[in-house]
Amino acid sequence: MDAVVVVAQVAGAGGAEKFINALSSGLALGAIYAILALGFVIIFKATQVVNFAHGALAAVGAYFTVYFATVLNVPGRFLEFLPYTAQWILSAALAVLATAVVGMIVERITIRPMIGEPLFAVAMITLGLDLIIRTVTNDFMGNQARGLNDPWGADIVEIGLLRVAKTQIVTMIVAVVAMLLLAWFFRSRMGIAMRATAFDQEAAMAQGISVGKVFAVAWAIGAALAAIGGIFSSMAPRASAGLTPFTALIVFRAFPAVIVGGLDSVTGAIVGGLLIGMAEVFAGTYLATVSWLGVGFSGIVPWLFMMLILLVKPYGLFGTEEIRRV
Amino acid sequence: MRGRPNLFTDYESEMALFPTTTKRVAVALLLIFALLVPLGAIPGLSFLQESSWLVLINRALVFAIAALGLNLLTGVAGQVSLGHSFFMAVGAYTAVLLGGTPGKTVWGLELPIWIWLPAAGIAAAIIGIIVAPTAVRVRGLYLAFVTLGLVFIGLHLWRNFGKIAGGPTTGRPWPPLEFALWKGDPIISFAKDGPWLGVQLTSDAKTYFFLLVAVIVFTLVAKNLMRTRIGRAWAAIRDRDIAAEIMGVNEVRGKTQAFAISSFYAGIAGALFAVILGRLIPETWDLLLAVEFIAIILIGGAGTIAGTLLGTFFVVLIPRIVEDITFFFADQVANQGPLAWLGDLFIRKSPDDILGFVSTGAAGPGLSIFQLNVALFGVLIIVFLIAEPLGLYGIWIRVRNYWKGWPFTY
Repeated sequence: MDAVVVVAQVAGAGGAEKFINALSSGLALGAIYAILALGFVIIFKATQVVNFAHGALAAVGAYFTVYFATVLNVPGRFLEFLPYTAQWILSAALAVLATAVVGMIVERITIRPMIGEPLFAVAMITLGLDLIIRTVTNDFMGNQARGLNDPWGADIVEIGLLRVAKTQIVTMIVAVVAMLLLAWFFRSRMGIAMRATAFDQEAAMAQGISVGKVFAVAWAIGAALAAIGGIFSSMAPRASAGLTPFTALIVFRAFPAVIVGGLDSVTGAIVGGLLIGMAEVFAGTYLATVSWLGVGFSGIVPWLFMMLILLVKPYGLFGTEEIRRV
Repeated sequence: MRGRPNLFTDYESEMALFPTTTKRVAVALLLIFALLVPLGAIPGLSFLQESSWLVLINRALVFAIAALGLNLLTGVAGQVSLGHSFFMAVGAYTAVLLGGTPGKTVWGLELPIWIWLPAAGIAAAIIGIIVAPTAVRVRGLYLAFVTLGLVFIGLHLWRNFGKIAGGPTTGRPWPPLEFALWKGDPIISFAKDGPWLGVQLTSDAKTYFFLLVAVIVFTLVAKNLMRTRIGRAWAAIRDRDIAAEIMGVNEVRGKTQAFAISSFYAGIAGALFAVILGRLIPETWDLLLAVEFIAIILIGGAGTIAGTLLGTFFVVLIPRIVEDITFFFADQVANQGPLAWLGDLFIRKSPDDILGFVSTGAAGPGLSIFQLNVALFGVLIIVFLIAEPLGLYGIWIRVRNYWKGWPFTY
């Protein structure tokens, strides 16, 4: 973290520069939203559960990273010969795994007994989960911001006009890798089982698929993706101070991404995430000086954008339209 | 035919407000009980007249109005709304704009209560009518997200319109609960201690009576809505909207009515909530408040009036009871009382304590009482949904049926 460069928006320093930088920030933020939305959609598709606790799981992931990387220093303390970047990445990976386990536990205790109950009831259960997980995490975390001590800090890379934070590049790389892994997963044996379960749970069961296992795997993957999203949400330039009690609420802005794309569409999650990320960053760049919109207007742009899209396409851009029968 | 409960020979008696003698007696007893609470005339429960308890009960009464509204929308008409705190805020800010005192940084018209209280409900209802078409277009869980968005958009508005909402960290004072014909000295003041009909009452007790009347009126309206055309149309829309439309129920009209009336309730409750607290910051109207109402109707029993009222008192009073119990055990642990061993199980004395999880200090080791209560909400929602989807009302029905059939099992 030697070359900390502060991004200063120089007024009138070329519209192209402003635009390109907004575009790259928007893509990076969109990548975070897309990761979060993907986890959400996988849980919804496989188990028909709208997971309001997604933001809480994201905060859990970020908290595990703080704990493993800065407090316990595992696995770094056993692998001191590795460079710090590698140690940190291993800690983060461990945190993602731990969150996946949390997701599986949550599914086993609270979601499994609710199979066959109405969608609304299960959704409300996750709302309760959100309260519990958030409170417990906040208690462990304390009220102050906790830095993740990531190896990239606020470093910035300059490519011509483009000035992009290293963390943003990492975010985009991780997002692409996660999507490729998922694309591979959906072609694997378990992935096919999950697609079958999403299509029809009873028929899948009749084919010898263990629906319970599919549920557990879906929640594990969903929670892992939430954790990745949570980790990147509590890094510079998104949150320079680190993880705070508000992280879980900021992650709520990934919900519009899910809805814009359509609750049950994997493509939709990615497109929705990118769209919402862009909308938020462009609003922050170009509307920040419009005083009547108020301070922090970019924070509600995702929600406004979601409402507009829903009025035009009530099931999102790629969501399956519900066939309504009497 | 006489003396046989549940034998109804015409529709009118079956749909009556209080169809059985038992119900009539129970409601009458409950009313007498409610009237005696602030006078401290009930043996064993006279502590309820203490200010700290009355304030809480008043809060429960205000929440009951809002919860009745959400119950009509979510429980009866089946439209999931996570945005109830937004509609409450609309009501509260309408009230303060019309009834508040103007200052250098804030607007206020100082109008009397008979203008600002109905206006608070009407303003919220108008916003509800504006939102309703979305509910026709956007269904089920998508609608939940739209209303969730309303909460966040609302928070942004309240933080930024300081002229109405006051400072983001300080808020502004709401008008007192006073009845005046026009500006000037109030005719009846619920905000000052003083005698009524020869009985010396505190301001809390007076507020209690005002809110009690309001809750009774709103409960009767809700109950009557549920058993007339409008309520039946809502239930039809909830159960199967296409089937309802085929039977001639106007879906658009039904949903608009549901949103308008529910928001009216929320607006009134929001205004009263702000008034009894006196001063609020914009962050009050956050998601937690909306979830609290969802918790109320789920814990109480969705779609039932009695359940909603039960749920409200349960959810509002539980934090106080948890607090008292925690302090009791913390005291036992500190002074090595006879129940110290029980307190040891959950009071966290130091950061090294393994068993304990709650402490009486705000920052101290373990969860604070507030945090414990928030987590407890979550636990209660989950436990009730898994174990008893009909909520407290369902438990009551089971107990009642057991004794109705006793000594037979059915």
